[in-house]
Amino acid sequence: MGATLKDATAIAGIGQTPFAKRLEESEKTLACRAILAALDDAGIAPAEVDAFASYTMEETDEVEIAKAIGAGDVTHFSKVGYGGGGSCATVAHLAAAVATGQAHVGVAWRSRKRGSGPRPWKNTQVQLPTPGQWTRPFGLLRPADEIGMLARRYMHEYGATRDHLFNVALACRNRANQNPAAMMYDRPLTREMYMTARWISEPLCLFDNCLETDGALACVVVSAERARDCRRRPVYVHSVAQGLPAQHHGMVNYWNDDPLSGPAWTAARQLWKNADLGPQDVDVAQIYDAFTPLIPLSLEGYGFCGRGEGAAFTEGGALETGGRLPLNTAGGGLSEAYVHGFNLITEGVKQLRGTSTAQVPGAATCLVTAGEGVPTSALLLRS
Amino acid sequence: MQSRNVMSQSVTQPTDNPADTVDDLLVPVPDEDGAPFWEYAARGELRVQTCTECTAPRFPPRPCCPHCQSFDSHWRTTSGRGHIWSFVVPHPPLLPAYAAQAPYNAVVVELADAPRIRLVGNVVADADARLDSVDPARLRIGAPVRAVFHTPPGGVTVPRWVLERP
Ligand SMILES: [Zn+2]
Repeated sequence: MGATLKDATAIAGIGQTPFAKRLEESEKTLACRAILAALDDAGIAPAEVDAFASYTMEETDEVEIAKAIGAGDVTHFSKVGYGGGGSCATVAHLAAAVATGQAHVGVAWRSRKRGSGPRPWKNTQVQLPTPGQWTRPFGLLRPADEIGMLARRYMHEYGATRDHLFNVALACRNRANQNPAAMMYDRPLTREMYMTARWISEPLCLFDNCLETDGALACVVVSAERARDCRRRPVYVHSVAQGLPAQHHGMVNYWNDDPLSGPAWTAARQLWKNADLGPQDVDVAQIYDAFTPLIPLSLEGYGFCGRGEGAAFTEGGALETGGRLPLNTAGGGLSEAYVHGFNLITEGVKQLRGTSTAQVPGAATCLVTAGEGVPTSALLLRS
Repeated sequence: MQSRNVMSQSVTQPTDNPADTVDDLLVPVPDEDGAPFWEYAARGELRVQTCTECTAPRFPPRPCCPHCQSFDSHWRTTSGRGHIWSFVVPHPPLLPAYAAQAPYNAVVVELADAPRIRLVGNVVADADARLDSVDPARLRIGAPVRAVFHTPPGGVTVPRWVLERP
């Protein structure tokens, strides 16, 4: 056994801007604010930053960010593809760089004005994530349409119902109602609201879809040793994984033997293989929730239940505070903010620091996942 | 989120799906691998790329066979019959031409001749009918369908689907 990432690095700082449908400042300014807040949280000077990681969809680049915040000489920078599938991988790449001595202080970030900016699917001139020639002419235009197709098949095969999807939406909304930073902080959700909401793409209604948000977040990754000297309690990166399954097709994963087993399964096998812990040890989970059906799929993929049991898992308040697996405790993409899943990473850190607005008592292990349905990534964090 | 293979060369600009000049629906913009599919569709044929070496069909089209790595392929004729594997009913907000016909259905059809080949399409009353010409309440997973071909004036022929038991 060679080098391992296990507990070699830690997240020492987190930062975020406000979340809103519209923020006045530019994505670059928001990125700088989130990054500087994260460095301040860690107690690390910007001049010490020598690594960056973000998403290929991130519009602010390392050159601009590094010179704006006053970073030092940068010796590692990477960007990960596939939208929300890349969130956890940004931390994973920094962890690998720090653990192997390629860099010492890494910053991962995401800044996005998706709330006030254009909807990507409206652009007919640019290739979208899907192989467009096979899907878009037929009016399968938006991510909600693409995932809705898998959702209906999932419901058909396993007897999942809209009530199961509501369980997901409600758990996220209930946690957002405890989180003053959440866009849906003062907006409770009822079953009646859910069941009578307008459709987006049947079988998915408005509340099955994530928010549209302006905002930015960042975190700082350093060696475990360095983290112990930082301002905050270290949150160790226990295990990391990326996942691109054989014959996977992205969000239009209709063209293989088993379309309902996606990247989560691949990432999970790698994540647990390199961990001292298993799904039964997870105290709280931040699972990527651009759409409610991604939760039952991910619950299955990461091994919290068996194949086809993800919907039933959500019953009986399992995802609520005090349930089997408290979920998306800041509200997630469905009810806190949709910033390509980066707020799930920062909430994982807050849980393990004991500072969440919906704190799980004694939480010591948190699973954070990136988008299921696209080439994905995951982190297992521990305190 | 680019899932397009950046190593492949396009015969056209990367799929930019320009609006159909007639009814403003998006038209397929083939890449090099997919072009034969659309050429056969224009002749009213539904064909799938098939490995010449090991005979495995594959979709979407790609340069080589994922099973045997052969670069030799041909386009096998299918019966054009299949069944609905899943479907959605999109509602606005949508691109204007689609919003004008919403709610409509978009289906994935599993081909009878090649069960792992599934095509996205629309179930319509007839080849040239509107996207909303079939009541979504009449759709169900498993329903048998067969291909018809719609050619908008001056546009690109696309396969569509009609219910075998309307
Ligand atoms: Zn072959």
